[in-house]
Amino acid sequence: MTEIFGKPLPVIMGQLLIGLINGSFYALLSLGLAVIFGLLNIINFTHGAQYMMGAFAAYFLLNKLGLNYWWAFAIAPLIVGATGVVIERLMLSRLYKLDHLYGLLLTFGIALIIQGAFRHEFGSAGLPYSIPEELSGGNNLGFMFLPKYRAWVIVASLGVCIATWFIIERTRLGAYLRAATENPAMVQSFGINVPRMITLTYGFGVALAGLAGVMAAPIYQVNPLMGADTIIVVFAVVVIGGMGSIMGAVVTGFGLGVIEGLTKVFYPEASNTVIFVIMAIVLMFRPQGLFGSR
Amino acid sequence: MADQYKPHASRDDAAEARYDRRAFLVMMALFLVAPAVVYPVFVMKALCFALFACAFNLLLGFGGLLSFGHSMFLGMAGYASAHAAKVWGLPPEFAILAGAAAATLLGVPTGLLAIRRQGIYFAMITLALAQMVFFFCLQVPFTGGEDGIQSVPRGHFVGFLDLRNMTVLYYVVLAIFTAGFLLIYRIIHSPFGQVLKAIRENEPRATSLGYRTEHYKLAAFVLSAGLAGLAGATKAIVFQLASLTDVHWTMSGEVVLMTLLGGMGTIFGPVVGAFAIITMENYLAELGSWFTITQGAIFVVCVLAFRRGLIGELEAWLRRRRAG
Amino acid sequence: MTFKRKLLSTAAILALSAGAAHAQVSGNVVKIGVLNDQSGTYADLAGPGSVLAAKMAVEDFMAKDKSLKIEVIAADHQNKPDVGSQIARKWYDSDGVDLIVDVPTSSVALAVNQVTKEKGKALIVSTGASSDLTGKACSPNTIHWTYDTWQLANGTGKAIVQTGGDSWFFLTADYAFGHALERDTEAVVIKSGGKVLGKVRHPFPSADFSSFLLQAQASKAKIIGLANAGADTTNAIKQAAEFGIVKGGQNLAGLLVFLTDVHALGLEKAQGLIFTESFYWDLNDQTRAWSKRYGAAHGGKMPSMGQAGVYSGVLHYLKAVSALKSDDGTKVIAKMKAMPTDDPLFGKGSIRADGRKIHNSYLFEVKKPSESKGPWDYYKLRATVPAEQAFRPMAEGGCPLVAAK
Repeated sequence: MTEIFGKPLPVIMGQLLIGLINGSFYALLSLGLAVIFGLLNIINFTHGAQYMMGAFAAYFLLNKLGLNYWWAFAIAPLIVGATGVVIERLMLSRLYKLDHLYGLLLTFGIALIIQGAFRHEFGSAGLPYSIPEELSGGNNLGFMFLPKYRAWVIVASLGVCIATWFIIERTRLGAYLRAATENPAMVQSFGINVPRMITLTYGFGVALAGLAGVMAAPIYQVNPLMGADTIIVVFAVVVIGGMGSIMGAVVTGFGLGVIEGLTKVFYPEASNTVIFVIMAIVLMFRPQGLFGSR
Repeated sequence: MADQYKPHASRDDAAEARYDRRAFLVMMALFLVAPAVVYPVFVMKALCFALFACAFNLLLGFGGLLSFGHSMFLGMAGYASAHAAKVWGLPPEFAILAGAAAATLLGVPTGLLAIRRQGIYFAMITLALAQMVFFFCLQVPFTGGEDGIQSVPRGHFVGFLDLRNMTVLYYVVLAIFTAGFLLIYRIIHSPFGQVLKAIRENEPRATSLGYRTEHYKLAAFVLSAGLAGLAGATKAIVFQLASLTDVHWTMSGEVVLMTLLGGMGTIFGPVVGAFAIITMENYLAELGSWFTITQGAIFVVCVLAFRRGLIGELEAWLRRRRAG
Repeated sequence: MTFKRKLLSTAAILALSAGAAHAQVSGNVVKIGVLNDQSGTYADLAGPGSVLAAKMAVEDFMAKDKSLKIEVIAADHQNKPDVGSQIARKWYDSDGVDLIVDVPTSSVALAVNQVTKEKGKALIVSTGASSDLTGKACSPNTIHWTYDTWQLANGTGKAIVQTGGDSWFFLTADYAFGHALERDTEAVVIKSGGKVLGKVRHPFPSADFSSFLLQAQASKAKIIGLANAGADTTNAIKQAAEFGIVKGGQNLAGLLVFLTDVHALGLEKAQGLIFTESFYWDLNDQTRAWSKRYGAAHGGKMPSMGQAGVYSGVLHYLKAVSALKSDDGTKVIAKMKAMPTDDPLFGKGSIRADGRKIHNSYLFEVKKPSESKGPWDYYKLRATVPAEQAFRPMAEGGCPLVAAK
């Protein structure tokens, strides 16, 4: 058997692929964070809780309304996005004139409330959610057994990331958004409703988190705390990629997933921390992040 | 961070000192009689957290730097003092000093890394560094991993004060708190503290006046780390336990909450905030997740409507009354 | 150290003489504190269900014996040793609690064990796992009631090796409890003639096991031993099904699985799992009758072995208090050890000098969905390990209490 640094090649290939799958979640979540940060200048600490809400929405759609995974894939992000719109209108919109750190603290508080409430209501052993029938089973790739659902996660996440990048970088709507980031007053004077655009942007970013939650539900348990620690890792991903950079969030999301996967082969105990080490190093030498411009 | 609120800008120094002295005496009087009324272990816990929050506030309220990783100093100091007392058999005063020293030492490299950035970046890099320290504590054998270091001996403070006696222990903890508190007060009112405030308000200006702002920020960071360590080390001796809880990032969130609730940039705010949160924790512990929900609600209310915190609002009210 | 020991023994003598002078119940009420995880990973397998079990024990005791006034309170230790020991201290010091029960999470159980000894009160550990509680950390104030890591390792490990599962790969939660479970199981596997091909330690808690499972798969071991608990175990099992590990010919061995975990997984994913427990609701008429009562008060859920252990332990404790007419912790625990145990859930049993409660241990297999006749019908009994073989022999534990005698 071929070996690299004493590890069999199939294991490494397998881990790379797994890393890519995890990277899909990092990419989706950090994409949402980056979109929000780009326009609102707020670090959305509630993102992990909203990711969890997406998974719960999928669970309820299935168990209360009998709507399957594909319906959840379409509807759950809208539901979560709608709650995001409410949060932005009622609370976040009052903070735009203050230091960014207040946004961080507020969303941290909201995350505690949401997670506490779900935990109170549903306990934390996790609720089961099955893989949709169309995607159960898997293919043997020779070096590993790849479940179809995981392959779908990579494809779907890549698709959503590219679509988002396209909307923001290549369409008129995206142009307004980017302009509003630079100079809201100017864009407002062109007759564009900037506050509403900000609200919808937050809603969109949050909906991405909800979507990630739906995709995660069949893989992990639907668990009130599933986003609590994930969010810190994703923060690190955003910081490494460069705050507010769409491209940076996506590329580093996938990239760090792969690096984390490799760490799991060579030094598994460090797999939770390797991303933070990379973040510290990046911040030392390139404080604006790998893809950041500011 | 604290640019909303400049606590002492409008008062002359003499009035300020008088006010502080009076408030300090009231606080000390309350603490001296507290164990007769309230369960002493509870007050000791709150005192340790009050000192922790004061140390944190030194950096946030007066240095303008929001650290989201202060748990690493609290926790590392706890481990160091527990190890010193249990394995090396040091008497408690040296064990506590060892803990504070460990936190101070940890503060130097982490401070050097962190102070090069500001605002959100500073918060994120401290969070990352704390996460690494957490990882370190989880892996190395001397911390006992998830079990922590348990049954730490209390021993005799400075040779003759038997800390197994609850009353003696209480007053020793109170003395440590008071020493730390007064030290922080001195730092804030020293020329060093004034420069720190100037940097917080306008760093480029301070630089143009010839101050090496990096040095001041590093010094503030290391001092804050050391004092947070003093709190953590004392806590480990009081509870005879050093555990992962104290290095976890949620602890960093908790100290932010205490300071925010009490009033950042005020002298007494963190003490009040720490007591409020610890009291809540004490009574809501039985309600499980309600404590988390309440914590979150306090964060939200503080940020939206109450940015000066309890003491900040009180001071503002007093000032209005005096003026009007 | 010697000074401290002397002081402790003096305190014990003082307490004894005080007890003898007026043998009675402190504060005229026996106060029982259920200390466990009310909201976290272990809330379903302990949590409010354990509180209910304790209250049922009080109810059943009061039906026969009205001589005591009894109160049950509960708190959430959040699986943190510091929170747990602080609550215990407060309960003993200022709330007049006489007995603490349950205490899942080994690290918390060990911390509370220490506080209980210091204060001379009583502790019954039911959901806590570490066999150290009756080993090097044993105490005259603690009884380890339901199960322990040695029992699980011994029951499951031996049975699996004997049925042909002789090569193992461990997936271990990277903390003290996981390490202990892995160590104990490895010893049993090797002793029974099997071998360990490798092990990987995952962070605690972990949401994604795919990469660890891949390594387990590559090892070609027949058995993948899950030395973890709660959500970690259920996640690992779920993901193993996804990666076709069982279909590929490897088998999973859950080293600590509770009924509530199987319920969370569903039979489709959990089928075929083999593990050891001390209790199952569907063992006999008595357990069925009790569990039905429990379920009626708990939303139809059936008890885990930890919750059943709380009932059984509290009942025995109350009998001892009643017989002794005192709630002095050290004395009650001694009395509990002297009295044979008997209750509808665990049947007849005894408590050893090192604090280990002795009863039968069962090897279960999770049914196929087609075999299950209704909700909560999950287990097939594969083997019964008789009480005297189920637990670690007292001499091997290294408990100082026993060595002294």
